[in-house]
Amino acid sequence: MSGEWGKPAMIDGPSAAATFKACGITHVVWIPDSELGTWESAVLAEPSLHLVRVCREGEAIAVAGGLLLGGKRPVVAMQCTGFFDAGDAFRNFVHDLKLPLFFVVGVRSYQAYLQGATADTCPVFTEPILQAWKVPYVVLDKRHGAAELTAAYRQAQAERRAGVALLAE
Amino acid sequence: MAMTHLEALRILAAHRGQRIVITTMGSVDLWPALSDGPLDFAYLPSAMGQGPGLGLGLALAHPERGVLVVNGDGCMLMNLGSLVTIASHSANLFLIVIDNGLYEVTGGQVYAGAGRVNFAGLARAAGFARAYSFDSAKTWQAFAAAALAGHGPVLVNLKVEGKLGQKTPKAPRPMPEQIRRLREALGVVAD
Repeated sequence: MSGEWGKPAMIDGPSAAATFKACGITHVVWIPDSELGTWESAVLAEPSLHLVRVCREGEAIAVAGGLLLGGKRPVVAMQCTGFFDAGDAFRNFVHDLKLPLFFVVGVRSYQAYLQGATADTCPVFTEPILQAWKVPYVVLDKRHGAAELTAAYRQAQAERRAGVALLAE
Repeated sequence: MAMTHLEALRILAAHRGQRIVITTMGSVDLWPALSDGPLDFAYLPSAMGQGPGLGLGLALAHPERGVLVVNGDGCMLMNLGSLVTIASHSANLFLIVIDNGLYEVTGGQVYAGAGRVNFAGLARAAGFARAYSFDSAKTWQAFAAAALAGHGPVLVNLKVEGKLGQKTPKAPRPMPEQIRRLREALGVVAD
Protein backbone atom coordinates (compact mmCIF):
# COMPACT_ATOMS: atom_id res chain seq x y z
CA MET A 1 0.00 0.00 0.00
CA SER A 2 1.58 3.23 -1.06
CA GLY A 3 1.57 5.94 -3.68
CA GLU A 4 0.65 9.58 -3.82
CA TRP A 5 -3.03 8.83 -3.37
CA GLY A 6 -2.66 5.92 -1.00
CA LYS A 7 -4.39 3.49 -3.30
CA PRO A 8 -3.56 -0.19 -3.46
CA ALA A 9 -0.77 -1.27 -5.74
CA MET A 10 -1.94 -2.63 -9.08
CA ILE A 11 0.54 -5.48 -8.91
CA ASP A 12 1.75 -6.36 -5.47
CA GLY A 13 5.21 -7.58 -4.59
CA PRO A 14 4.48 -11.31 -4.41
CA SER A 15 2.70 -11.16 -7.78
CA ALA A 16 5.56 -9.25 -9.37
CA ALA A 17 8.17 -11.64 -7.98
CA ALA A 18 6.17 -14.64 -9.14
CA THR A 19 5.81 -13.06 -12.58
CA PHE A 20 9.51 -12.44 -12.87
CA LYS A 21 10.29 -15.98 -11.80
CA ALA A 22 7.80 -17.44 -14.25
CA CYS A 23 9.34 -15.37 -17.05
CA GLY A 24 12.82 -16.63 -16.24
CA ILE A 25 14.09 -13.24 -15.14
CA THR A 26 17.31 -13.46 -13.17
CA HIS A 27 18.02 -9.87 -12.11
CA VAL A 28 15.88 -6.88 -11.18
CA VAL A 29 17.98 -3.77 -11.72
CA TRP A 30 16.31 -0.82 -10.14
CA ILE A 31 15.82 2.46 -8.45
CA PRO A 32 12.35 2.12 -6.96
CA ASP A 33 9.62 4.67 -6.55
CA SER A 34 7.00 4.44 -3.84
CA GLU A 35 4.94 1.90 -5.80
CA LEU A 36 7.81 -0.29 -7.01
CA GLY A 37 9.38 -0.06 -3.59
CA THR A 38 6.60 -2.20 -2.15
CA TRP A 39 7.98 -5.08 -4.26
CA GLU A 40 11.37 -5.11 -2.57
CA SER A 41 10.78 -7.65 0.18
CA ALA A 42 9.11 -10.10 -2.22
CA VAL A 43 11.89 -9.78 -4.78
CA LEU A 44 14.52 -10.29 -2.10
CA ALA A 45 12.64 -13.32 -0.79
CA GLU A 46 12.57 -15.05 -4.18
CA PRO A 47 15.76 -17.15 -4.45
CA SER A 48 15.81 -17.09 -8.25
CA LEU A 49 15.96 -13.28 -8.39
CA HIS A 50 18.89 -10.97 -7.73
CA LEU A 51 18.07 -7.40 -6.81
CA VAL A 52 20.67 -4.99 -8.21
CA ARG A 53 20.51 -1.55 -6.62
CA VAL A 54 22.13 1.26 -8.60
CA CYS A 55 22.54 5.00 -8.11
CA ARG A 56 21.07 6.44 -11.31
CA GLU A 57 18.60 5.18 -13.89
CA GLY A 58 20.91 5.39 -16.90
CA GLU A 59 23.30 3.24 -14.95
CA ALA A 60 20.50 0.71 -14.43
CA ILE A 61 20.15 0.38 -18.18
CA ALA A 62 23.90 -0.09 -18.63
CA VAL A 63 24.07 -2.75 -15.91
CA ALA A 64 21.11 -4.57 -17.42
CA GLY A 65 22.79 -4.36 -20.81
CA GLY A 66 25.89 -6.03 -19.43
CA LEU A 67 23.85 -8.73 -17.75
CA LEU A 68 22.00 -9.42 -20.97
CA LEU A 69 25.21 -9.59 -22.99
CA GLY A 70 26.50 -11.99 -20.36
CA GLY A 71 23.56 -14.33 -20.80
CA LYS A 72 21.31 -13.26 -17.93
CA ARG A 73 17.70 -12.09 -18.13
CA PRO A 74 17.36 -8.73 -16.41
CA VAL A 75 14.40 -6.43 -16.04
CA VAL A 76 14.87 -2.73 -15.34
CA ALA A 77 12.52 -0.98 -12.92
CA MET A 78 12.37 2.76 -12.28
CA GLN A 79 10.08 5.74 -12.03
CA CYS A 80 9.27 7.81 -15.12
CA THR A 81 11.34 10.68 -13.76
CA GLY A 82 14.40 8.46 -13.86
CA PHE A 83 13.48 7.25 -17.32
CA PHE A 84 13.46 10.86 -18.48
CA ASP A 85 16.98 11.24 -17.13
CA ALA A 86 18.18 7.98 -18.67
CA GLY A 87 17.41 8.88 -22.28
CA ASP A 88 20.93 8.59 -23.68
CA ALA A 89 21.54 5.23 -22.04
CA PHE A 90 18.20 4.01 -23.38
CA ARG A 91 19.04 5.24 -26.87
CA ASN A 92 22.40 3.55 -26.81
CA PHE A 93 21.56 0.16 -25.33
CA VAL A 94 18.19 -0.31 -27.01
CA HIS A 95 18.82 1.30 -30.39
CA ASP A 96 22.61 1.22 -30.92
CA LEU A 97 23.33 -2.13 -29.27
CA LYS A 98 19.82 -3.39 -30.08
CA LEU A 99 19.45 -5.19 -26.77
CA PRO A 100 15.91 -6.42 -26.02
CA LEU A 101 15.72 -4.92 -22.55
CA PHE A 102 12.43 -4.86 -20.69
CA PHE A 103 11.41 -2.02 -18.42
CA VAL A 104 8.83 -1.54 -15.71
CA VAL A 105 8.27 2.19 -15.31
CA GLY A 106 6.08 3.74 -12.65
CA VAL A 107 4.19 6.80 -13.86
CA ARG A 108 3.76 9.14 -10.94
CA SER A 109 0.31 10.75 -10.56
CA TYR A 110 -1.17 8.98 -13.60
CA GLN A 111 -4.50 8.21 -11.90
CA ALA A 112 -4.79 11.72 -10.52
CA TYR A 113 -3.94 13.13 -13.94
CA LEU A 114 -6.82 11.24 -15.51
CA GLN A 115 -9.11 12.82 -12.93
CA GLY A 116 -7.71 16.31 -13.48
CA ALA A 117 -6.54 16.31 -9.90
CA THR A 118 -2.82 16.98 -10.18
CA ALA A 119 -0.42 19.54 -11.59
CA ASP A 120 2.30 16.88 -11.82
CA THR A 121 3.68 16.93 -15.36
CA CYS A 122 5.00 13.35 -15.25
CA PRO A 123 1.90 11.84 -16.94
CA VAL A 124 1.94 14.56 -19.59
CA PHE A 125 5.34 13.57 -20.92
CA THR A 126 5.81 9.86 -20.24
CA GLU A 127 3.97 8.37 -23.20
CA PRO A 128 5.12 10.98 -25.74
CA ILE A 129 8.70 10.32 -24.67
CA LEU A 130 8.29 6.57 -25.09
CA GLN A 131 6.86 7.20 -28.53
CA ALA A 132 9.79 9.45 -29.37
CA TRP A 133 12.21 6.74 -28.27
CA LYS A 134 10.37 4.30 -30.55
CA VAL A 135 9.71 1.62 -27.95
CA PRO A 136 6.48 -0.37 -27.69
CA TYR A 137 4.73 -0.06 -24.35
CA VAL A 138 1.63 -1.08 -22.45
CA VAL A 139 -0.16 0.83 -19.71
CA LEU A 140 -1.10 -1.28 -16.71
CA ASP A 141 -3.66 0.28 -14.42
CA LYS A 142 -5.96 -1.02 -11.73
CA ARG A 143 -7.79 -3.24 -14.20
CA HIS A 144 -4.61 -5.17 -14.91
CA GLY A 145 -2.51 -7.61 -12.98
CA ALA A 146 0.41 -9.96 -13.22
CA ALA A 147 -1.03 -11.71 -16.26
CA GLU A 148 -0.78 -8.55 -18.35
CA LEU A 149 2.75 -7.89 -17.15
CA THR A 150 3.71 -11.43 -18.10
CA ALA A 151 2.10 -11.05 -21.51
CA ALA A 152 3.92 -7.77 -22.20
CA TYR A 153 7.27 -9.29 -21.27
CA ARG A 154 6.75 -12.46 -23.27
CA GLN A 155 5.59 -10.60 -26.33
CA ALA A 156 8.66 -8.37 -26.27
CA GLN A 157 10.92 -11.40 -25.88
CA ALA A 158 9.16 -13.28 -28.66
CA GLU A 159 9.66 -10.32 -30.96
CA ARG A 160 13.28 -9.91 -29.74
CA ARG A 161 12.76 -6.26 -28.96
CA ALA A 162 12.72 -3.90 -26.03
CA GLY A 163 9.46 -3.18 -24.26
CA VAL A 164 8.05 -1.09 -21.46
CA ALA A 165 5.27 -1.76 -18.99
CA LEU A 166 3.99 1.51 -17.53
CA LEU A 167 2.46 1.26 -14.11
CA ALA A 168 -0.29 3.87 -13.88
CA GLU A 169 0.24 5.04 -10.33
CA MET B 1 58.00 11.93 -16.93
CA ALA B 2 54.31 11.36 -17.64
CA MET B 3 53.39 8.24 -19.51
CA THR B 4 51.62 8.18 -22.83
CA HIS B 5 48.18 6.70 -23.24
CA LEU B 6 49.64 3.90 -25.34
CA GLU B 7 52.31 3.09 -22.75
CA ALA B 8 49.65 2.87 -20.07
CA LEU B 9 47.54 0.50 -22.16
CA ARG B 10 50.51 -1.63 -23.17
CA ILE B 11 51.27 -2.38 -19.53
CA LEU B 12 47.60 -3.03 -18.86
CA ALA B 13 47.38 -5.46 -21.77
CA ALA B 14 50.29 -7.47 -20.41
CA HIS B 15 48.41 -8.04 -17.16
CA ARG B 16 44.77 -8.35 -18.26
CA GLY B 17 44.75 -12.15 -17.95
CA GLN B 18 41.57 -13.79 -19.25
CA ARG B 19 39.34 -10.93 -18.28
CA ILE B 20 36.87 -9.19 -20.54
CA VAL B 21 38.19 -5.76 -21.53
CA ILE B 22 35.76 -2.94 -22.31
CA THR B 23 37.36 0.12 -23.86
CA THR B 24 35.84 3.58 -24.13
CA MET B 25 36.71 6.84 -25.87
CA GLY B 26 40.34 7.26 -26.98
CA SER B 27 41.29 3.79 -25.77
CA VAL B 28 39.01 2.32 -28.43
CA ASP B 29 41.49 3.40 -31.10
CA LEU B 30 44.62 2.22 -29.31
CA TRP B 31 43.59 -1.11 -27.78
CA PRO B 32 43.16 -3.26 -30.94
CA ALA B 33 46.87 -2.97 -31.68
CA LEU B 34 47.51 -4.56 -28.28
CA SER B 35 44.68 -7.08 -28.15
CA ASP B 36 41.81 -7.77 -30.53
CA GLY B 37 40.18 -11.00 -29.44
CA PRO B 38 36.53 -11.74 -28.77
CA LEU B 39 36.87 -10.69 -25.13
CA ASP B 40 37.95 -7.21 -26.22
CA PHE B 41 34.81 -5.11 -26.47
CA ALA B 42 35.01 -1.61 -27.89
CA TYR B 43 32.09 0.22 -26.33
CA LEU B 44 31.37 2.40 -29.33
CA PRO B 45 28.78 3.68 -30.14
CA SER B 46 28.35 4.46 -26.48
CA ALA B 47 26.41 6.46 -23.97
CA MET B 48 29.15 8.51 -22.34
CA GLY B 49 29.60 7.51 -18.71
CA GLN B 50 27.92 4.11 -18.96
CA GLY B 51 30.99 1.93 -19.49
CA PRO B 52 31.31 1.05 -15.78
CA GLY B 53 27.67 -0.03 -15.64
CA LEU B 54 28.09 -2.19 -18.71
CA GLY B 55 31.15 -3.75 -17.13
CA LEU B 56 29.36 -4.28 -13.83
CA GLY B 57 26.58 -6.19 -15.57
CA LEU B 58 29.10 -8.44 -17.29
CA ALA B 59 31.02 -8.90 -14.05
CA LEU B 60 27.85 -9.93 -12.22
CA ALA B 61 27.05 -12.37 -15.00
CA HIS B 62 30.59 -13.81 -15.09
CA PRO B 63 32.22 -13.17 -11.73
CA GLU B 64 34.73 -15.96 -12.23
CA ARG B 65 36.19 -14.27 -15.30
CA GLY B 66 36.17 -10.64 -14.24
CA VAL B 67 36.01 -7.48 -16.28
CA LEU B 68 38.37 -4.58 -16.98
CA VAL B 69 36.75 -1.30 -17.97
CA VAL B 70 39.10 1.25 -19.51
CA ASN B 71 37.26 4.46 -18.86
CA GLY B 72 38.02 8.08 -19.61
CA ASP B 73 38.29 10.65 -16.85
CA GLY B 74 35.53 12.75 -18.38
CA CYS B 75 33.37 9.62 -18.63
CA MET B 76 34.07 8.83 -15.00
CA LEU B 77 32.93 12.27 -13.90
CA MET B 78 29.64 11.81 -15.74
CA ASN B 79 28.74 8.84 -13.57
CA LEU B 80 30.53 9.03 -10.24
CA GLY B 81 27.64 7.19 -8.61
CA SER B 82 28.82 4.08 -10.44
CA LEU B 83 31.73 3.92 -7.98
CA VAL B 84 29.25 3.47 -5.16
CA THR B 85 27.25 0.89 -7.11
CA ILE B 86 30.31 -1.16 -8.04
CA ALA B 87 31.65 -1.12 -4.49
CA SER B 88 28.29 -2.12 -3.05
CA HIS B 89 28.18 -5.24 -5.21
CA SER B 90 31.76 -6.33 -4.54
CA ALA B 91 31.98 -6.96 -8.25
CA ASN B 92 34.98 -8.58 -9.91
CA LEU B 93 35.51 -5.40 -11.84
CA PHE B 94 38.72 -3.47 -12.45
CA LEU B 95 38.01 0.12 -13.33
CA ILE B 96 40.89 1.81 -15.15
CA VAL B 97 40.66 5.59 -15.43
CA ILE B 98 42.73 7.16 -18.19
CA ASP B 99 43.37 10.54 -16.62
CA ASN B 100 44.56 13.10 -19.16
CA GLY B 101 42.63 16.08 -17.83
CA LEU B 102 40.87 16.59 -21.14
CA TYR B 103 37.85 15.77 -23.19
CA GLU B 104 40.33 14.41 -25.70
CA VAL B 105 38.00 13.04 -28.37
CA THR B 106 36.28 16.39 -28.80
CA GLY B 107 39.55 18.11 -29.51
CA GLY B 108 41.05 18.61 -26.07
CA GLN B 109 38.83 20.82 -23.92
CA VAL B 110 39.55 20.94 -20.20
CA TYR B 111 36.80 19.48 -18.01
CA ALA B 112 35.54 20.78 -14.70
CA GLY B 113 37.96 19.92 -11.93
CA ALA B 114 40.77 18.81 -14.23
CA GLY B 115 44.01 18.40 -12.33
CA ARG B 116 42.28 18.53 -8.96
CA VAL B 117 40.15 15.40 -8.98
CA ASN B 118 41.53 12.46 -7.02
CA PHE B 119 39.85 9.45 -8.63
CA ALA B 120 41.51 6.92 -6.34
CA GLY B 121 40.39 8.94 -3.34
CA LEU B 122 36.86 9.08 -4.68
CA ALA B 123 36.89 5.32 -5.15
CA ARG B 124 38.10 4.68 -1.62
CA ALA B 125 35.45 7.01 -0.25
CA ALA B 126 32.84 5.11 -2.26
CA GLY B 127 33.87 1.82 -0.68
CA PHE B 128 36.62 0.41 -2.90
CA ALA B 129 39.08 -1.44 -0.70
CA ARG B 130 41.77 -1.14 -3.38
CA ALA B 131 42.42 2.00 -5.39
CA TYR B 132 45.69 3.12 -6.95
CA SER B 133 47.07 6.04 -8.91
CA PHE B 134 50.15 5.97 -11.12
CA ASP B 135 51.69 8.88 -12.96
CA SER B 136 54.64 7.26 -14.73
CA ALA B 137 55.15 4.21 -16.88
CA LYS B 138 57.94 3.10 -14.57
CA THR B 139 55.77 2.94 -11.45
CA TRP B 140 52.76 1.55 -13.31
CA GLN B 141 54.97 -1.18 -14.77
CA ALA B 142 56.37 -1.96 -11.34
CA PHE B 143 53.02 -2.28 -9.60
CA ALA B 144 50.65 -3.41 -12.36
CA ALA B 145 50.80 -7.09 -11.48
CA ALA B 146 49.90 -6.41 -7.87
CA ALA B 147 47.25 -3.82 -8.69
CA LEU B 148 45.53 -6.17 -11.14
CA ALA B 149 45.85 -9.31 -9.03
CA GLY B 150 42.98 -11.00 -7.26
CA HIS B 151 39.31 -10.06 -7.22
CA GLY B 152 37.76 -6.67 -7.85
CA PRO B 153 36.51 -4.12 -7.30
CA VAL B 154 39.70 -2.22 -7.94
CA LEU B 155 40.23 1.26 -9.37
CA VAL B 156 43.48 2.19 -11.10
CA ASN B 157 43.96 5.80 -12.09
CA LEU B 158 46.57 6.29 -14.79
CA LYS B 159 47.75 9.84 -15.34
CA VAL B 160 48.73 10.16 -18.99
CA GLU B 161 49.73 12.94 -21.35
CA GLY B 162 46.75 14.65 -22.94
CA LYS B 163 46.81 15.26 -26.66
CA LEU B 164 45.01 17.96 -28.56
CA GLY B 165 43.38 17.47 -31.94
CA GLN B 166 42.75 13.74 -31.64
CA LYS B 167 40.54 12.13 -34.25
CA THR B 168 37.19 10.67 -33.32
CA PRO B 169 37.68 7.03 -32.26
CA LYS B 170 36.43 4.25 -34.46
CA ALA B 171 35.51 0.74 -33.30
CA PRO B 172 37.47 -2.06 -34.97
CA ARG B 173 34.28 -3.77 -36.14
CA PRO B 174 30.50 -3.18 -36.15
CA MET B 175 28.66 -3.56 -32.86
CA PRO B 176 26.60 -6.61 -33.92
CA GLU B 177 29.80 -8.48 -34.71
CA GLN B 178 31.37 -7.43 -31.42
CA ILE B 179 28.33 -8.66 -29.52
CA ARG B 180 28.30 -11.97 -31.37
CA ARG B 181 32.00 -12.58 -30.71
CA LEU B 182 31.76 -11.69 -27.05
CA ARG B 183 28.71 -13.83 -26.39
CA GLU B 184 30.24 -16.80 -28.19
CA ALA B 185 33.42 -16.45 -26.15
CA LEU B 186 31.37 -16.37 -22.96
CA GLY B 187 29.36 -19.40 -24.00
CA VAL B 188 26.12 -17.47 -24.10
CA VAL B 189 23.57 -19.37 -26.12
CA ALA B 190 21.26 -17.24 -28.24
CA ASP B 191 17.56 -17.59 -27.43
